[in-house]
Amino acid sequence: MLMDILPVFLPLIGFLVAFLFGRQLGDKGAQFITCALMLAAAGLSCWLMSDIFFSGNARQIHLGSWIRVEPLNIDWALRLDQLSVVMIWVVNVISACVHIYSVGYMSHDPHKARFMAYLSLFTFAMLMLVSADNLVQLFFGWEGVGLASYLLIGFWTHKDTANAAAVKAFVVNRIGDFGLTLAILLCFVVFGSVSFSTIFELAPDKAAQTFLFFGYEVHALTVIALLLFMGAIGKSAQLGLHTWLPDAMEGPTPVSALIHAATMVTAGVFLVARFSPVFEYAPAALEVVCILGALTAVVAATIGLTQFDIKRVIAYSTMSQLGYMFFALGVSAYGAAMFHLVTHAFFKALLFLGAGSVIHALSDEQDMRKMGGVWRAIPLTYAFMWIGSLALAGIPLFSGYYSKDMILEAAFADHSAFGAFAYWAGIAAAFMTAFYSWRLILMTFHGTPRADEKVMAHLHESPMIMHIPLAVLACGAVAAGALLYAPFVGGHGHMLWGESLLVLPGNDTIEAAHHVPHWVKYLPTGIALAGILLAVLFYTGKRRAPEIVSDLLGPLYTFVYRKYYFDELYRKIFVRGAERLGRAFYLKGDKATIDGAGPDGTAEISRRIGAAFSRFQSGFVYHYAFIMMIGLLGLLSWILYGMVS
Amino acid sequence: MTDFPLLSLLTFLPLFGVAFLLGIRGDQDVVERNARYVALYTSFFTFALSVYMLMRFNPYDDGFQFVERYEWLPSLNIVYQLGIDGISLFFILLSTFLTMTCILMSWQSVKTRVREYMVAFLILESFMLGTFCALDAVLFYVFFEGVLIPMFLIIGIWGGARRVYASYKFFLYTLLGSVLMLLALIVLYFQNGTSDLLTLLENPVSPSLQFWLWLAFFASFAVKMPMWPVHTWLPDAHVEAPTGGSVILAGVLLKMGGYGFLRFSLPMFPDASTFFMPLVMSLSVVAIIYTSLVALVQDDMKKMIAYSSVAHMGFVTLGIFSATAQGIQGGIFQMLSHGLISAALFLIVGVLYDRLHSREIAKYGGLVKNMPKYATLFMIFMLGSVGLPGTSGFVGEFLSLLGTFTAAPVFAVLGASGIVLGAAYMLWLYRRVVFGTPNTEEAAGLKDVNWREMTVLVPLAGLVLFLGIFPNAVLSRTEPSVQRVISQYQNGLERYAGPKDPLSRGHDETGHGKTRVEEGAPE
Repeated sequence: MLMDILPVFLPLIGFLVAFLFGRQLGDKGAQFITCALMLAAAGLSCWLMSDIFFSGNARQIHLGSWIRVEPLNIDWALRLDQLSVVMIWVVNVISACVHIYSVGYMSHDPHKARFMAYLSLFTFAMLMLVSADNLVQLFFGWEGVGLASYLLIGFWTHKDTANAAAVKAFVVNRIGDFGLTLAILLCFVVFGSVSFSTIFELAPDKAAQTFLFFGYEVHALTVIALLLFMGAIGKSAQLGLHTWLPDAMEGPTPVSALIHAATMVTAGVFLVARFSPVFEYAPAALEVVCILGALTAVVAATIGLTQFDIKRVIAYSTMSQLGYMFFALGVSAYGAAMFHLVTHAFFKALLFLGAGSVIHALSDEQDMRKMGGVWRAIPLTYAFMWIGSLALAGIPLFSGYYSKDMILEAAFADHSAFGAFAYWAGIAAAFMTAFYSWRLILMTFHGTPRADEKVMAHLHESPMIMHIPLAVLACGAVAAGALLYAPFVGGHGHMLWGESLLVLPGNDTIEAAHHVPHWVKYLPTGIALAGILLAVLFYTGKRRAPEIVSDLLGPLYTFVYRKYYFDELYRKIFVRGAERLGRAFYLKGDKATIDGAGPDGTAEISRRIGAAFSRFQSGFVYHYAFIMMIGLLGLLSWILYGMVS
Repeated sequence: MTDFPLLSLLTFLPLFGVAFLLGIRGDQDVVERNARYVALYTSFFTFALSVYMLMRFNPYDDGFQFVERYEWLPSLNIVYQLGIDGISLFFILLSTFLTMTCILMSWQSVKTRVREYMVAFLILESFMLGTFCALDAVLFYVFFEGVLIPMFLIIGIWGGARRVYASYKFFLYTLLGSVLMLLALIVLYFQNGTSDLLTLLENPVSPSLQFWLWLAFFASFAVKMPMWPVHTWLPDAHVEAPTGGSVILAGVLLKMGGYGFLRFSLPMFPDASTFFMPLVMSLSVVAIIYTSLVALVQDDMKKMIAYSSVAHMGFVTLGIFSATAQGIQGGIFQMLSHGLISAALFLIVGVLYDRLHSREIAKYGGLVKNMPKYATLFMIFMLGSVGLPGTSGFVGEFLSLLGTFTAAPVFAVLGASGIVLGAAYMLWLYRRVVFGTPNTEEAAGLKDVNWREMTVLVPLAGLVLFLGIFPNAVLSRTEPSVQRVISQYQNGLERYAGPKDPLSRGHDETGHGKTRVEEGAPE
């Protein structure tokens, strides 16, 4: 039991120790403790992976009661099944790599202990998220990773852009959380519980349940699924709520690798996969997931073509790859989505950390227009970037090849309009992926050096402590695909997901994917090679092709380069709108109307009445005499009038 | 031990301290120093006594405990009766804890009329405790309204520049409601021939009378909460009040409204509560959305937190009037949690105010550099306010919304939008005050929290986290009483559930009311 808990709680210990006693321990002490604990957690999770995933010993561990108001009963518990253990393994392994890498990368930072503490906090929250056995505990982890992401994006607190990006990430995610919260509430109403086992057990019975909302009859499971997906859109930066992810690159690069590429952003994918027993009964929701995923894959890839910040290119690439995972989920190929999640975690973390190594070498330069001609000086980093890009582009034998092709084949095998749309969107995105990957490599490493002399003189390869984790990740980026192919997506009799993923008999696209026509299988590879070739034509030598093309496209290019103006639009509508509304409520509502009619108004009226009456008190005798006369007259006439009538 | 008058002792212990305070003689320095210590010791012993009470409290008993009953006005059948249940238990602890906190925090920030300040605080404590212990309607009223006087003085004497305006506004608003409540109490008294709360709870009045009485009580409690649109006294009162005053105001006084709803409105007027549920819920969601947006545009830290209080109290009224176990538990928990968090946030602002004498957000910035401990503590309270799971704020908000969702989904959906807006204004505040670069030279040179401030803030932070991770410590003790309130509510509904009932459309054939809500968009 302890062995099961430790992989989840060791990072928490690391966080507490480094955060509370960072000053006493010193930088070295904090770095050593957090890294050692992470390595132990990673080692233990390898054992968990073999015991639970490969041997199928799924289990649950009850830790205690959290919130109890009968009939609501929320526990602290770990659900260790095939799905969660894959996530635990990925999170711990990547996190251990990033922890160690950070020791080198942050060597000039004054707050090393705090940085390591936050990384460990993130890891713990992510582990809670993936190992939760009920929705509320999942939400605990979900918000916890959001917090850690907020803290780490804004780690350099003096940088205004970083602070803005941190707040933006948190608030945009909260919009998704709004949906997730409602999903939790609705689950409680529909299933009477928020625990996964109850929900998944009852889902088939509730498949036909509807309820009335604003007079419309809606399908309960579809609504739950869509609300869950809303949470996923926020966390996984799918189209609509994606605007925080590129900005999040303001954080230190190890953070981008761990949180904004390999793990946290895949939480949405995990969530949908976890809820496959519900999504399977909500086909309409699956269609939405499929379409939005495919759209994200294409749109993000187009933006990635045009960016010059090396980290932002990779960020848009992440968003695009997440789109692939989502449309895989949308065609019920949950195993394929998880497969891509794992391979992507390796090669994308590798790419980010490699980019970090480049940035480190070039004195914190991130603009690719100021790089170039450095591959001889930093050969190891150069090699790692090649491996990562080959895997990302899906070149045979590298891990991305297996997982991405599987996704595309599954989409094709769905034999629906949605599947076909996703397939072709995926092909288009694959072409662009290959193109921007080699654009990145060529602009960063080749051609004439565009950095100034000071930077070039200072050019240096990163220390060994940064290369070791890169090497580990590179192994994963090369080998994970081939090794995990059979257990993840090998079709009937090979897959080891057990009961952690549910696919209804008619929806088994992974099985069907093994029988698609040959051209479907070869097209992605061909298109990727074409993309690389085009990039080479564009960005080698002294050709001015990129400028010519961008001039040729004119407004369209600007539109894509400015990221489809999402930020501007949101700023205008939501940020300004909320401010304007708030100001109107404050000035016109609270001050003018409520106070005006209420206390201030009443006070004003009483003051006026008082003033009016005080005028009677003039102090002149003849005034009083006059009033008395009038009064007397009035009284007399009233009495007389009464007597007459 | 039943004969031991624990609650009377608790309620009047602060007044012993007052007697001591008034007896202090000597020159000004001596008086001030002694006054501080006497007040601190008194509040500490009161707190210790309340902790003892917590330990003696039987969590399985759903009735009132430690009940004391003495004849007070026998000719009028008015008794002096004290007693607590799970609902009042934690409000008492909150009051004693926060009073102690405030006295410690006012150690140096109050420089004029120190003795009188301490006297006002101890009297305030005594009245607050009396409000939560009283089991007689007249006694309750005396304490409930008595609270106004020391608070009025605290704002009016030790407050900021516009303290007179703020204190009168506070007084007039609350008085308006309480006059109506007094009328309702008189009516209740004549209906039952007694003001004994236990008797009143057992004998619900007819639905048509409930209607009027509910409104009269609502006027008082809604102002106290405060609910939209009678909330505008709160920002002014908070801005002008000294830190200690703000802490008690936000921490305890606002909870009296919610406590009143639970003690009176729901169990005594079940039909009217059901009938008015859509109204209360509409006002609550308006409060959540409206005041969150208003909070977004404030330049004054205290004003922003004051507006956020109104929004957070919106969750309380949503939860309570859902009349479900989850909702009511959520409402109570949210009140306790908000009592800790908002009190802490006002203390956090107070820390800055003590140093720079400004509450203006734009004057600060970049504090994290010189004040790392401060930044961490502020972060914890900020996250609690945002309702992050793992803090107490989450449990209250979540349970309230859950209860609301089972009773009236539309309101829960609208209310849930508060989780987005709440994050927006709190994170923005934190960013502008703590992150970035200092906006003024003074802000760049501020000192981190001292040991006295740490002693106050660290336990609060600890409690916020503890209750977020082990909320059952509270929930299990409030549960029996909440179940009792719900059954009183439902029995009351059944008693008058008949076809002739003019209010029956509120709770028609189901007799539970909570499932039949007309789903109109509020506003």
